[in-house]
Parts: sequence; structure tokens; C-alpha cells
Amino acid sequence: MSKILSFENVSLTYQAENGEVNALNNINFSVNEGELVSVIGPSGCGKTTLLSLIAGLEQPTGGRVLKRGTTGYMLQRDNLLNWRTIRANVLIGLEIRKMKAPENERYVDSLLAMYGLGDFADKIPAQLSGGMRQRAALIRTLAVKPDMLLLDEAFSALDYQTRLVVADDVHRILKREKKTAIIVTHDIAEGISMADRVVVLTKRPGTVLEVIVPAFANPDATPLARREDPAFRAYFNRIWKGLDVNV
Amino acid sequence: MSEARLLYLKQIKRRQRWIRFFQFSALILTVALWEILARVGFIDSFLMSQPTRVWRTISNFQQNQLFTHIGVTLLETVIGFTAGVALGILTAFILWWSDFLSRVAEPYLVVFNALPKIALGPIIIIWVGAGMQAVIVMALAISLIVTIMEMLAGFKNADPELIKMVKTFGAGRLQTFVKIVFPSSLPTLFNCLKINIGLTLVGVIAGEFLVSRAGLGYLIVFGGQVFQMDLVMTSVIILGIVAALLYRLVALLEWVVLRMLTVN
Ligand SMILES: Nc1ncnc2c1ncn2[C@@H]1O[C@H](COP(=O)(O)OP(=O)(O)OP(=O)(O)O)[C@@H](O)[C@H]1O
Ligand SMILES: [Mg+2]
Repeated sequence: MSKILSFENVSLTYQAENGEVNALNNINFSVNEGELVSVIGPSGCGKTTLLSLIAGLEQPTGGRVLKRGTTGYMLQRDNLLNWRTIRANVLIGLEIRKMKAPENERYVDSLLAMYGLGDFADKIPAQLSGGMRQRAALIRTLAVKPDMLLLDEAFSALDYQTRLVVADDVHRILKREKKTAIIVTHDIAEGISMADRVVVLTKRPGTVLEVIVPAFANPDATPLARREDPAFRAYFNRIWKGLDVNV
Repeated sequence: MSEARLLYLKQIKRRQRWIRFFQFSALILTVALWEILARVGFIDSFLMSQPTRVWRTISNFQQNQLFTHIGVTLLETVIGFTAGVALGILTAFILWWSDFLSRVAEPYLVVFNALPKIALGPIIIIWVGAGMQAVIVMALAISLIVTIMEMLAGFKNADPELIKMVKTFGAGRLQTFVKIVFPSSLPTLFNCLKINIGLTLVGVIAGEFLVSRAGLGYLIVFGGQVFQMDLVMTSVIILGIVAALLYRLVALLEWVVLRMLTVN
């Protein structure tokens, strides 16, 4: 397995008019190709900052971020443009990167068809359910064939049931497309159920508290099935205690 | 459809018909009353004119060159409006692009916006000459600053999450503008256009008052000077119709553009 991403002593301090914010401090971890890694941490600990660093939207103020290939970023909100059809929406990345070739469009159409949006390609976003919109957002990200996917709280805008199903969907899609993905969440259960490896961050300034490789009886279990596994509770409690949440 | 639903729809329709009926009746009644009161001599038609005299003025268009004047006003309005919108959007785009420039320009925009542009009349006439060009510049002066400020506010108001989304695909500033900022400002743009059509007319009429060569504004001033109230009333009525039609045209444009945009 080859490394596709590594953080080496990475720190980031934001400068703002009302002072500086040390968001991340001395982060070290790496990700292998094809791996699904989740990042869990308390709110405001720098998870989004971590993804911005990987995507190149921010530069570290200390250390280095080494990565191979391109990234696709999926945000919390689906951010579908209500003045475009679903098909035009998922093509926007290709438009921006000037990659709107027929074979790429065909790939997008095949993704739409494969993931149940074929009949909705000419609809506008308002005509889709929350889960479908999130799937469309994922296809928009996949359309540019990124080597690595970054998901930032990608399901937290959905209601609980939809969220479980969409997480299952996305997991299946990512595994089938053999994608590397970094899944940021503050939902401990979601983090454990979706990932091959879990990176737990401390509260701000975020630093790596521990890295867990959850092992389940059935290694191919879907996220929903994993939640039924006896080991799941143990991992959950361990992370819960580690985060030391004070309410 | 259920019975209750049908009844409900029927009620809405009936109400709509009544509204239309009263709107129309109010107009007819006003015109009729105006005519009758003038005929019985209750009002002085020399000062107030009267519908039949307005009609006579309109029928007399060959002699008083009514259509030439309407044409002049329309032409000035269309040129002033188009130039104001184009220059306004362009300037707003530049100010959106450079936050620094926008900060520098801000106090000047505020002052110029508050200034009554009519005060610039004499300056405009001296600078560009007392012709149609002065009227157009006057119209421009009145609508331009509002357009710049409205559009800039619209551009700056674009959803930062949508902007972040296109940035994750590597969009530069121009692409961000084309794909996100401009399309999300379209409602602002059309609001602005609707306000502008009125403002441009204000500018054109004010300009014609000052320059006094041709146009409906000129007819109104001229009619007033020679005490020909028929001409004044006719011009004002036609101006009202022109303003309403231009407004409808902008609304139609909005409808067409928004449809075209959502279709692909
Ligand atoms: N552009 C910025 N300028 C200044 N401070 C920032 C900026 N972006 C984030 N921060 C601050 O840095 C810290 C980490 O922010 P970040 O968004 O990465 O956290 P997060 O873990 O994603 O939080 P959440 O759980 O709320 O999504 C926060 O305190 C935030 O206020
Ligand atoms: Mg965040």
C-alpha cells in the first residue's frame, strides 16, 4: 500500500483582526491509497481547517502537507445551484477545470444512472429529497475523478434516518469506486462505522489524540451492519472517554 | 379534484374578476367624470383640459409631431438605460473584484448618491452640449450610482458556501463570478432594472426640461409656456403609458432570462 497523503508536524494559526487562532498544532498522520479515514474531534478543533490544508485552500504555518494527486471536496451543505438542473450541477467541476469532454460527460451520466439519479438528471434540485441531493453532491465531486475525497460533515444537514442510509450509500460508492477518502465528522458512531481508520483529535488547538483501526467480525460489513457489531460499543466508549466532553 | 377545491378555485377566480372590474371602472369613471364636469362647465377645460381634447391632440399627431417626440424620448431612455445598466454592472464588477478599490470608492459613491443629480444640469449642458447627449448624460447620472451600489451589494451578497464549492474545483475569481456570483445576483439585477427604467425616465424628462429641443419633456414644458394644457395633459398621459410599457418589457425580459437559465 502506498501513501497518498501525509501530515508532518503540521500547525496552522489563523491571523484575524481580533487576534490569532491556533487551529491545529503539530499534526502527524498519513493515509494510504484506497483507505477510508475518518477524523473525529470536538467542535471547533480544526477539522475543517485540516481538510482545507489537504485541498490547498489554506497553507500550513508550520510543518508540511505531502499529497499525491487531486482532491475532491464535499461540503456539509450540498450547495447545488438552484438555477441548474441536476445534470448541469454535477458537471460544474468539469466545466471549471475545462474537462467537459464527451467521455467525461458519459462517465457522469453513468454515475447518475448507477446511483439512482438517472431519471432526475433534468430536474432542478428543489425537486429532490435531501438524501438524493447529497448523492448528487457526491457525484459532482466524483465527476472530476479526484484521487482523494474530502467529506466535511457531509451528512449532518440530513435528518437522522436519511443520514444513516446516505452514509451507507456513500460508503458503498466509495468502496466500489476504490476511492481514498477523509471523512470529517463530530458524530463518533458515524466515524467508526464508515472508516478503515479513525483519527481522533483533541479540542483546539487540535492535535492527534489517537489513531484507531476498528476491527469487526465481518470486515466487509456496511456501516449500518457495523453498528450492530459488539466491538462497536467498545470503540465508541473508548473515543467518547478520550474526547472527555464536558457539558 | 374535490368539490371544496373547485369551489375554492372558483372563489379566487371570481374575486380576481371583481378586482379587474373595479380597476377598469375606476378608470372609465374618472375619464367620464372629467369629461362631464368639463362639459357642464364645472371645471375650466382651459386649465384642466378634457378627455375629448386630449383625444383630439392625439389624433392631430401629424401636425404636432407627437410621434417624433415620443420617439425621441424613447430613444434617449433606451440609450440611457442600456448605458446605465452596462456601465453600472461593469463598475460593480470591478469594485467586486478589488476590495481595495471598493473601499477607496465608497465615500465618493455615498456622496454622489446623495447629491441631487438635477443640480448637475448646467454642468452637463456646458460639458456635452445642449442636445440629446445632455439628456442621456442626465439620465445616466441619475441611474448609474444606484446601479453600481445595488449590484455591488448583490455581488457581495453571494453565498460564501457556494463560492467555496467552486473554489474546491479550483475556480479562479472570474469563474467564481461567472458561475456563482452573477447568476445569484440576477434577482438583484432585475430589481435594479425595474427601478432603473423609472429613474432613467426621470433623468430623461428632467434633461428635456433643461435642454428643451424635443421629446415628451419638451412638449410638457412648451405646452406649459404657451398655456396649451391639452398638450401638457396628453404628454403626461402618454408618458405614463410609455413608463408602464417599458416596465412590462423589463418584467418580460426577466421572465425570459430566468426561464432560459433554468432550462439547461
Ligand atoms: N479563516 C479563519 N480565520 C480565523 N479563524 C478561523 C478561520 N477559520 C476557522 N477559524 C477558527 O479556527 C478554529 C478551527 O476552525 P475549524 O472550522 O477548522 O473547526 P472545526 O473542527 O471544523 O469546527 P466545527 O466542528 O464547528 O465544524 C475555530 O476556532 C475557528 O473559529
Ligand atoms: Mg467544520
